[in-house]
Amino acid sequence: MAFVELRSLRREFGETVALDGIDLSLEQGEFLSLLGPSGCGKTTALRIVAGFDRPDAGTVLVGGKDMTRIPPNKRDMGMVFQAYSLFPNMTAERNVEFGLKIRGLHTSNRRGKVEELLELVGLGHARKRYPHQLSGGMQQRVALARALAIEPRVLLLDEPLSALDAKVRVQLREKIRRIQSRLGITTIYVTHDQEEALSISDRVAVLSQGHIEQVGPPGEIYDDPATPFVADFVGTMNRLEGTVEGDGIVAYGETRLAIAAARGRAQGERVMVLVRPETVELGPTNGDGTSSTITGEIISHTFLGANMRLKIAGATSDLTADVPASRAGAYPVGMRVQAHFPGETARVLTLEELPAPAPVDH
Amino acid sequence: MRRRFSWGAGLWLFIGAAYFLIPLVATLLFSLKSNETGQCCSLSSYGEILHDPAFWKTLRLSLILAVETIVIALVLLIPTVYCVHLKLPRLRPVIGFLALIPFVVPPIILVVGLLDVFKGSPSWFYAEPYGFLVGAYVILAFPYIYFALDAGFRAIDVHTLTEASQNLGANWRTTLFSVILPNIRAAALAGAFLTLAIVMGEFTIASLATFDTFPIYLQYINQNKAYPAAAVTLIAFAITWGAMLSLLLVGRDRAVQLGGAK
Repeated sequence: MAFVELRSLRREFGETVALDGIDLSLEQGEFLSLLGPSGCGKTTALRIVAGFDRPDAGTVLVGGKDMTRIPPNKRDMGMVFQAYSLFPNMTAERNVEFGLKIRGLHTSNRRGKVEELLELVGLGHARKRYPHQLSGGMQQRVALARALAIEPRVLLLDEPLSALDAKVRVQLREKIRRIQSRLGITTIYVTHDQEEALSISDRVAVLSQGHIEQVGPPGEIYDDPATPFVADFVGTMNRLEGTVEGDGIVAYGETRLAIAAARGRAQGERVMVLVRPETVELGPTNGDGTSSTITGEIISHTFLGANMRLKIAGATSDLTADVPASRAGAYPVGMRVQAHFPGETARVLTLEELPAPAPVDH
Repeated sequence: MRRRFSWGAGLWLFIGAAYFLIPLVATLLFSLKSNETGQCCSLSSYGEILHDPAFWKTLRLSLILAVETIVIALVLLIPTVYCVHLKLPRLRPVIGFLALIPFVVPPIILVVGLLDVFKGSPSWFYAEPYGFLVGAYVILAFPYIYFALDAGFRAIDVHTLTEASQNLGANWRTTLFSVILPNIRAAALAGAFLTLAIVMGEFTIASLATFDTFPIYLQYINQNKAYPAAAVTLIAFAITWGAMLSLLLVGRDRAVQLGGAK
């Protein structure tokens, strides 16, 4: 039986439907991320689990017990907030101690536990410092220690890294994951950052407009998006509009694309072929009949670190390809190239299902 | 890098300081004149005031009234402002408007109205300064305490701090006393000292309601004894300055701790 269950959660704010029947379950010790754009309802869902908001309909169960009407201070859930939430009048040590004090733990036991937790988050040396004497990353680490101190049944993290700079964000998310695995705490992590969600979760639930689009392990979410929204939101995707012309063949402008996922589709069906930029290779057609080839001119380079993202203006529409940065010099802007991708890796969706394209996120 | 001294800024500072200091120095010199000879310098006026039982009696009364007013106003307003910031932010402009009313209504209108409203009330309230005057002073203090608290609550993230506290198991009382109050202490003190200054100087209501408070005594001395009047004025100044200095010291300490914590 699932340890945490959200059943048919619904929440409206006036005319806006923030949650439109959310069903979700977590096993004990699982790390689940709620991923979605701003306003998709992920924070609302987390606040309902924490008890800061009540659903208009639906229930929250933890360990089989209905928690929906239980006030937040009786739920035994540790939460790390997006905004810096340390009590400014207390040192790091006293912040971590706060929950233990409320639980009536004896001073000597409290002290040991606080020390242990601050060591765990790597801040044993900073326990006498006030929040304003700590960096953003350190403050969130203290907040994590404070949330863990009460030995919560569920750990809730509401975009805890969004205010931090990129490097600290990566370090801290790895630390969170390590600590979570070590302590085996069931965790719900809210984020709009797909990389963050995919890199640290056991499973990811992608939300859009108050409902769940897909729940699954990170690999599945990335490689096999169940809906056009997930395909569009998670990672960058080329969207090639075409018509099914035969079994596994899609007509894209003048080109015929051999796409495995198009097999069994009706002749003449309008489809969108979804291709990840990292699967696109530049060069000559391999001629084995499994690759799909598009000819075009390179119009821009965008440096992504290890990779270079090339934009290719094709006859029908633009195409994006990621190549290793070290090889990008071989493809200068203005060069005409042939882009091809393995037909097995492309996804196909019926055109009517697709939303308007979102801006490409670099 | 050290800033260079600017003569222009120095001149303005000197003019500003002179504007405030000259009357005080003049008052000080005047207060040091002997009651008998009218010559400088004697502390006889200070002696006379400090040996006058009416001075201590009225000063004590006004200080007690100030403390009572501050306590009642804070007890009424801290939970109110907390609640408004947390649950009813839309009410903020309404309360802000209400808080301006004591500024708009002249004290003479206020006292006549209050005397009428409280006419039927028990004599322990109506006939005693600790009842009637405090009732009026809480109204006068409303804008000062409200706006100070409002600013204090705006400077902290009330929602997140409250939710963080509750999430750790705290009830409303613990949240208010352990988390919220320590973080709005400077604001509450600011309101409290403004209230102290108002109560220590309020004349109209006390006079019309015929209670002998410190400002009434000050007025009496002013009318009857020239040199001691200057001395009592400076003593009153010293009390107010002492209060303001305490505020500055306490407030500065808190500002250092809260800085950058948001």
